[in-house]
Amino acid sequence: MNLYDTLFWFLSAVSVGCALGVILSRNPVNSVLFLVLTFVSISGHYILMNAQFLFIVNLIVYTGAIMVLFLFVIMLMNLNADVEPQKGQLVQLAGVVSGGVLFLVLLAAVKTASPVPIDKASIDIGLITNLGKVLFKDFVLPFEISSVLFLSAMIGAVVIGKKEESTPLPSGE
Amino acid sequence: MPVNSTHYLFLSLLLFSIGIMGTLMRRNAIIIFMCIELMLNSVNLLLVSFSKLFADPNAQIFVFFIMVVAAAEVAVGLAIIVMMYRKVHSVDINILNRLKH
Repeated sequence: MNLYDTLFWFLSAVSVGCALGVILSRNPVNSVLFLVLTFVSISGHYILMNAQFLFIVNLIVYTGAIMVLFLFVIMLMNLNADVEPQKGQLVQLAGVVSGGVLFLVLLAAVKTASPVPIDKASIDIGLITNLGKVLFKDFVLPFEISSVLFLSAMIGAVVIGKKEESTPLPSGE
Repeated sequence: MPVNSTHYLFLSLLLFSIGIMGTLMRRNAIIIFMCIELMLNSVNLLLVSFSKLFADPNAQIFVFFIMVVAAAEVAVGLAIIVMMYRKVHSVDINILNRLKH
């Protein structure tokens, strides 16, 4: 067992364990912290596959921005384990069983896929130089459209999250 | 047994199923949202491993765009959750099943 395999198994164990922690912990703040750990371990998988650009983007965008946003919202609402609503045992069991059955079905579907060793592929496709060339040669239009998407999402978030006036508007409006 | 494509396939499947389980199990809207993020990330992991496998950088560009869309989605989704919390003072999805208040 070489270093790659050891790191893969370690990171996989961390990912799955922390993902289970997300759905099992009662306190929402603990869930967010577990999810941050899951994302960090997925970033570790990226660096293991030499996808350096995605590693840094995942670390900055997901772990740095999105999860901090979640944490802010949860702390703003002052949620904790006491006010956390819980589903009944039967519904929870049904959820676990249906998720597990989905896992088994998908597992059976891909079980016969022929294993291809991951090390043989070229090592420089994930570097920023290469990805930047592809992004600005073949994917310029989607890139620009995504900036429009960001602008509209920002405006939408501001419009939705804006505080409404508690007093009704004056008549004659 | 050295790590190959099947291992990444199984790992992504496991993370995706855990996300599904969390979505079905919990009643807190924010936790459900987080489980959806977990499912998105498992798909990203699978795409990156296939990109490594076939030496194709297009898949990694796809992952980049998925992250872009996820960031926009989180901004709007959290704004909606905050607005609902302001109206009904709860993030319990059993209270929010009427689409009006």
